[in-house]
Amino acid sequence: MTGTVVQNPVRGRDRRPVWEERPTRAGQGLKAVVLALLVLGVLFPLWVILVTSLSSRETIAEAGGMVVIPRGIDTSAYETIFAGGAVTRALWISTLVTVIGTAVALTVTVLAAYGLSQPRSLGYRWLLAYFLLPFLIYPPLVPKYLVVTGLGLKDTIWALILPPAISVFNLVVVRGFFQGVPQELLDSARIDGASDFRTLARIVLPLSRAVVAVVGLFYAVSYWNVWFDALLFIDRNDMYPIQRVLQSYLLAGQAPHTSGGTAGVTMPPTESIKMAVVILTVAPIVAVYPFIQRHFIKGVLIGAVKG
Amino acid sequence: MTARNATVAAGSDRTRPDGSPPPPVPRRRNRRRQSLRSRLRRDWQLLAMVAPGFVILLVFSYVPILGNVIAFQDYNPYLGDNPLQAFLNSNWIGFGQFQLLFEDPAFWDAFRNTLAITAFQLVFFFPLPIVLAIMLHNLLSSRLRGVIQTVVYLPHFFSWVLVVSFFVAMLGGAGLLAQTMREAGLQPWNIMTNPDTFIILVTVEAVWKDIGWGTIVFLAALSTIDQSLYEAAAADGAGRWRRLWHITLPGLRPVIVLLLILRLGDALSVGFEQFLLQRNAVGRQASEVLDTFVYHFSIATGNYGYGAAAGLFKAAVGLCLILAANRVAHMLGERGVYSKS
Repeated sequence: MTGTVVQNPVRGRDRRPVWEERPTRAGQGLKAVVLALLVLGVLFPLWVILVTSLSSRETIAEAGGMVVIPRGIDTSAYETIFAGGAVTRALWISTLVTVIGTAVALTVTVLAAYGLSQPRSLGYRWLLAYFLLPFLIYPPLVPKYLVVTGLGLKDTIWALILPPAISVFNLVVVRGFFQGVPQELLDSARIDGASDFRTLARIVLPLSRAVVAVVGLFYAVSYWNVWFDALLFIDRNDMYPIQRVLQSYLLAGQAPHTSGGTAGVTMPPTESIKMAVVILTVAPIVAVYPFIQRHFIKGVLIGAVKG
Repeated sequence: MTARNATVAAGSDRTRPDGSPPPPVPRRRNRRRQSLRSRLRRDWQLLAMVAPGFVILLVFSYVPILGNVIAFQDYNPYLGDNPLQAFLNSNWIGFGQFQLLFEDPAFWDAFRNTLAITAFQLVFFFPLPIVLAIMLHNLLSSRLRGVIQTVVYLPHFFSWVLVVSFFVAMLGGAGLLAQTMREAGLQPWNIMTNPDTFIILVTVEAVWKDIGWGTIVFLAALSTIDQSLYEAAAADGAGRWRRLWHITLPGLRPVIVLLLILRLGDALSVGFEQFLLQRNAVGRQASEVLDTFVYHFSIATGNYGYGAAAGLFKAAVGLCLILAANRVAHMLGERGVYSKS
């Protein structure tokens, strides 16, 4: 019991204070129903989609489409998907965009955050204003489109990776953390003759593993979720990321595009395959979620204060 | 702070009248010139670190912001091999695009839809995270609260494609609800493709995605309210609801005002991908908002100057809105988003 109290600074107690009146039965009941509905509202669709994706043709036919109660596990939908074809390729592209994009974005953000963390450096105020202003003004759609196409990035993964490679929000979070590193540590490194790059790599970064990991996961989630940029900049079917394929398959009602020569020429349009695509799209998010969940609250609050 | 002092010193150096005592002037100026070079030598690594981010923001934020000037052009993408050449070769037409825009009924449809959806969500979405935050805050079991928070924050990380897919799987024509209703011998409701109820659908989707996320700021504010206030109020005989009204809500007031201002400043953005994704299902009339208008009437058709004009109009109105909302907040005695101090 004491353990939970310590873990939750929000209220700091698990017992009702003596002065507080006992809640009414009706009020308690209403509250329980509302909260239960909210939790079920998230978990139930996930459950139904997962079960449907793992159901055999017969089970789906019997249930009439979506399956709520599982009857055995049938992985044929996933086997069909991974046999090759549009979804496999899209998953591969999305993985590539996510991995390269996160690496690029993290490098750019960490470097800029450290470069902007020393208030006595040259041009500090101007540079800081330069980096924070895009927080207030969104880049307009049409000129941005012209710039990206003008640079010849169309139909390359760089069109998806480079424009969002520095998020001002993440920059503010990392910079705030870097500024919390004790100045004496940095000074002692300088006295010992360490360059700024060395100080960052050897002293600041090892102290900031947690925040870098969380910001990296934020970037990874946003790169995995990229859809509209792909609609704008990716015309070739074989370059589609997974969100684009999910959209064309589930929302636009098309069969996924398959180029000739791959194994999956046409995929059986059963509910289970559609739902398997949804599960494969959501799985990485759910997998990394526990790691971000513990830290994002701090990040959101920093953003709320600075924004 | 130091940087600012340095600039002030430089300014006074330059404007110092000749009659002032000579010795300190050249020495200070000298030191400053030297210090610029030595500061450059000292800080070049920091500047190098900033450079990649600088370039990315320059290319993908600042150049597009400046590129807004094509709103005053009859921009023709075929007048050059690349957008820059086309830009240099295109004719300047002043406010012609804006004139066309304001005469376009489709633009006003989008404008009206945007405002209607913003107003609707202000009433039916904005208060919900506050209610949920208060409910969660008052939960006795911190473990239960943690579980609920974990679950309701999750959809925030889903893409809009996923969110809409979830809704299609549950409420669409082939979804779980329709299937259950058919089995029960009922005519299934037309939810995902009905333009008349689209405004409710998008609000429910937005609530599903972000209600949990929205509570974070309010929970933080709730935890800063002094608990002894509640105890004192209870001792004075204030009941549950009176304490809510006189302690909890005033405690949340600055945060609520802040978020309201931000929302009002963003009144012309109501979520872009969400609407783009469902435009085919419910039709343009109900689902076109300003952002999708820009996309459909410029990039999809190649009419770039027109779309840039619409985007610029939206940005200008948004700036006015946030300035106005901030002024109102100051008049009401709140701190607002920014203040002059």
